[in-house]
Amino acid sequence: MSLFGFSLKPRRPKSAQTAKDRLQILLAHERGAGTATPDYLPALQRDIIEAIRRHVKIEPDDIDIRMERGEEVSSLEINIEVPDASPRARA
Amino acid sequence: MTQTNDNAPMGRIIVITSGKGGVGKTTSAAAISAGLAKQGYKTVVIDFDVGLRNLDMIMGCERRVVFDFINVIQGDAKLKQALIKDKRLENLAVLPTSQTRDKDALTREGVEAVLNELKQDYDYIVCDSPAGIERGAHLAMYFADEAVVVTNPEVSSVRDSDRVLGLLSSKTKRAETEGAEPIKAQVLLTRHDQGRIDKGEMMTVEDVLEILAVPLLGIIPESQAVLRASNTGTPVTLDDPSAAGRAYEDAVARLTGEDVEMRVASDRRPGLLQRMFGRTA
Ligand SMILES: Nc1ncnc2c1ncn2[C@@H]1O[C@H](COP(=O)(O)OP(=O)(O)OP(=O)(O)O)[C@@H](O)[C@H]1O
Ligand SMILES: [Mg+2]
Repeated sequence: MSLFGFSLKPRRPKSAQTAKDRLQILLAHERGAGTATPDYLPALQRDIIEAIRRHVKIEPDDIDIRMERGEEVSSLEINIEVPDASPRARA
Repeated sequence: MTQTNDNAPMGRIIVITSGKGGVGKTTSAAAISAGLAKQGYKTVVIDFDVGLRNLDMIMGCERRVVFDFINVIQGDAKLKQALIKDKRLENLAVLPTSQTRDKDALTREGVEAVLNELKQDYDYIVCDSPAGIERGAHLAMYFADEAVVVTNPEVSSVRDSDRVLGLLSSKTKRAETEGAEPIKAQVLLTRHDQGRIDKGEMMTVEDVLEILAVPLLGIIPESQAVLRASNTGTPVTLDDPSAAGRAYEDAVARLTGEDVEMRVASDRRPGLLQRMFGRTA
């Protein structure tokens, strides 16, 4: 609101705006799923391990799932360590 | 001064506890763990507040939580997968808690297994306790080597700290193990307000210590820097320099065995009158 040519609204300090932005992104995810962590992740991890095991020998430890939630989209980063394909490594 | 890779990790467990809620445990856990990591110690900070995840926000990694402490205990994820590496300090990691309402998910055996695994890799394992004296708080302190009892100079906080000190010396692994050295407990006085003490409105540090009769780890002033740091998800020891940040750094140095003189830091600039009349009173 601007009455006498200046704004009556106190200028919002920067860190408060950051706080609001962070909360909006986080809560949008939490409200949707009841939790910020999608519960399909453990199952997804199991499925990925199973699929890969049909082709190469890997341990549950060899898979690493990382996520970064964003405003519009979230990104899922899946790293899988596979053993060397050389016959020696497979033996 | 710093722990390097050529030594085996120290694996020291420090619980940040208080009894009373809202006194500054999570703020302190974040500031202390970041301070330890800054000194070169490999540090992990664990959120024991099951159902009310908050440490992730204070550490600024809330958008990167995939698996949590409970997932690890229940075998749904490996510890390595649940640990979130800090983006600012490479030797700092966060183990977030779960949002589940099922507090029984936290078992003593599960907690012990996770702590034992962390001891292999980390110098300091900092446990952020929930308020109260129920399961979460009990398990957060149970395996501790050291305790930081966060206390505000206020009657109910001091009373609850006294209660917690009693539990530390009776209901923990060290207390129950014959011949074990007791947990090293120290008081961290937070939200200290010199102005109100001068007016006689707030108990002094000496008052609180006289009642609790345990050593003092540090005095953290009431500081606007704490809210500002929490807004941006930055532990106050990693944020712009502030009185609170400096006070936490001093406390961290004492934790690691350095002898640092106790001082009361303050953001407060001298008042106008004080400046006009020089250094009187
Ligand atoms: N030194 C300080 N100066 C100003 N505000 C502070 C200070 N320490 C903590 N606070 C504020 O006090 C509130 C509670 O802090 P915090 O969440 O760290 O407490 P807690 O003990 O972890 O709470 P809970 O028992 O709910 O887990 C927060 O809003 C925090 O910003
Ligand atoms: Mg807390």
